[in-house]
Amino acid sequence: MAVIKKLKAVKIEQNHLLGIQDISFSQVSEILQQAKTFITLNKSDSKKIDILRGKTQINLFFEPSTRTQSSFELAGKRLGADVMSMNIVNSAIKKGETLIDTAMTLNAMHPDIIVIRHQDSGAPNLLSQKVNCAVINAGDGRREHPTQALLDALTIINRKGKVEGLKIAICGDILHSRVARSNIYLMNMLGAEVNVIAPKTLLPHSIERLGVKAFTDMNKGLENCDIVMMLRLQNERMHGSFLPSAREYYEYFGLTPDKLNKAKKDALIMHPGPMNRGVEIDTNLADDINRSVIREQVELGVAVRMACLKIFCKRN
Amino acid sequence: MKEKYLINARIIDPKNDLDEIGGLIIDSKGLIKAVGKKVANGNIPSTADKIDLKRQILIPGIVDMRVFVGEPGYEYKENFRTLSDAALAGGVTSVVSMPNTSPVIDNVSMVDFLKRRGRDKSRINIFPSATLTKNTEGKQMTEFGLLKRKGIVAFTDGVKTVQNPQVMARIMNFASQSESLIMQHAEDNILSEGGLINEGEISTRLGLKGIPFLAEKIIVERDLSFLEEYFCRYHISQISSEKTVSVIKKAKNEGKIFTTGVSINNLSLNENDIGDFKTFLKLSPPLRTENDRQSLVEAVNDGTIDVIVSDHKPEDEESKRLTFSQATTGATGVETLLPLALELFHNKSVKLMKLIASITSNPAKILGINKGSLEKGNEADLCVFDINKPWIVNKDILKSKSKNTPIEDRKLQGQVLKTFVKGEVAFERI
Repeated sequence: MAVIKKLKAVKIEQNHLLGIQDISFSQVSEILQQAKTFITLNKSDSKKIDILRGKTQINLFFEPSTRTQSSFELAGKRLGADVMSMNIVNSAIKKGETLIDTAMTLNAMHPDIIVIRHQDSGAPNLLSQKVNCAVINAGDGRREHPTQALLDALTIINRKGKVEGLKIAICGDILHSRVARSNIYLMNMLGAEVNVIAPKTLLPHSIERLGVKAFTDMNKGLENCDIVMMLRLQNERMHGSFLPSAREYYEYFGLTPDKLNKAKKDALIMHPGPMNRGVEIDTNLADDINRSVIREQVELGVAVRMACLKIFCKRN
Repeated sequence: MKEKYLINARIIDPKNDLDEIGGLIIDSKGLIKAVGKKVANGNIPSTADKIDLKRQILIPGIVDMRVFVGEPGYEYKENFRTLSDAALAGGVTSVVSMPNTSPVIDNVSMVDFLKRRGRDKSRINIFPSATLTKNTEGKQMTEFGLLKRKGIVAFTDGVKTVQNPQVMARIMNFASQSESLIMQHAEDNILSEGGLINEGEISTRLGLKGIPFLAEKIIVERDLSFLEEYFCRYHISQISSEKTVSVIKKAKNEGKIFTTGVSINNLSLNENDIGDFKTFLKLSPPLRTENDRQSLVEAVNDGTIDVIVSDHKPEDEESKRLTFSQATTGATGVETLLPLALELFHNKSVKLMKLIASITSNPAKILGINKGSLEKGNEADLCVFDINKPWIVNKDILKSKSKNTPIEDRKLQGQVLKTFVKGEVAFERI
């Protein structure tokens, strides 16, 4: 306890990326502007620069993740940081160490930035109170996944020029989705109109209070939309507890060419991945290069994470 | 012991509907000899101690129906001595201890231990409760008759609810034979599974799984249906939502006889106070909306709710310095029960007499114990407080062994000055 108090005493104010809820419009603009410059860099022959040389980045992933973790790892390396990814499955946490103890241990190694993914909502907030470096949330429970929302915004801007004034539909398991929450906050902040579409059992309580319109009918919710964001439906939710079956879900909430016709002709399809083809999205639609920007999302994800690392690391 | 003349006090005794300036005489055995305006400044024998209370308020010692003590098993969270110190500083002289210890209090052999420890280590009156079911598993009922004969005043699974309706029906049917008091913590485990805070806008924003109000309402409705068929002494430990208040109001209007409690936390805080994942506000039942809070306050005022409890649940730092979903449920409160309750008087929500009744005479009546009133011949358990004294809650000055107060830094008005147990001054604020 004494040790903790001592550390608290020398702690300086930090800037963390805990959620879209906690950052301002100007911070979002800065991240997106910065990310744009990295898009070009990532396409060039020599992808590595050294603005984070000498900095240490720790990826602390308590939940299995392929794309987010590799995206952050690549982002850090391209900026020249020393990146260490901790595999929690084999670590002391599984042997009963608390998050705070882990944080204190890592803190003693003087990292400059910690990227955390955790199954509990609020875990990055707790971590940020205990360490002396910047904390970036790579997804916590059902709460937020800010870098995903930022890369979605960048993808939209890349294709549509802006977010402001667009009509965006987010469809699927809103209840359990941190991607949905972060996107609701961010798209609202950037001036879009947001619809959420889900069966009632997968709509969170009072979701309208977050500034969206809620629909249980895809045909109505997709009407005139510029962007259709599909969410992944977890396997365990498909069989009887929230929904009768994957078949029934696909019938009413799966994205098919028919339903997509309700949206604007040039509407884009997005998905944070990994996809369940034939459950939430028609497999041909997912691969339709004219409509689907799913692969572009992954590409821009690296640029957005580079921007976040640079900006939040630099502030320290 | 010398006789004591407490004079010049504003005496409030809800049981006798007394609110007047006067005094109270404690005889040489520590019993109340006389009370009221007839006890005046004159004719005090020279052998007696005279204590001038300077117009401060004198009430019966507070009876707190829901207190967790760490003995046996969790002495590092709270022991009888630290509980006693905290209670006395809050004017609480009698507590019902919850049976969720380790091992749990579910058999006769544990009762003697509790009573002995309570007597030796604490200065307050400990009224132990025992579990409704063996090991709080919700399957086999405990020995109500034998336990009651040993001195158990109430039966409850404490933090747990008897889920199986058949077991609950049989408990209520059987317990009536020994006239045992059944206290139910109302929460349907399946509806609340994995739930952390009230289900609503805040749970959606924080991304925490919600506990629907229905989880509470459905158990209250179920038990009140049983009560029609199997009448027994039945008490709902704590309620938290407006919808449950309506159910209770309706049942009481229909003439059903039962009682209801509420935690001071649910009367003083709401879900917004959870803010940035404050684990000290992870409570059961959960804090709900401001609307729910207001309806609970109104229910205290109109008598729908009979009792206010502290739901004092000391938890060590290690159980709380975790993510919200991993952290333990509960907050301390025995020491701040009265000052926090007085907030409801100061903001004109609840009448003072009603407020005092809900922490003295009402719980005593439900428990069937000779406490919570200033009757002649009763043991002189008393609380003297300054109703206007402002102070700020600081966990380091609170006496509980655990520091998980849900109202750190809160500005309160009203503070206990003196607490008497059996006629002796057991606490005095200097």
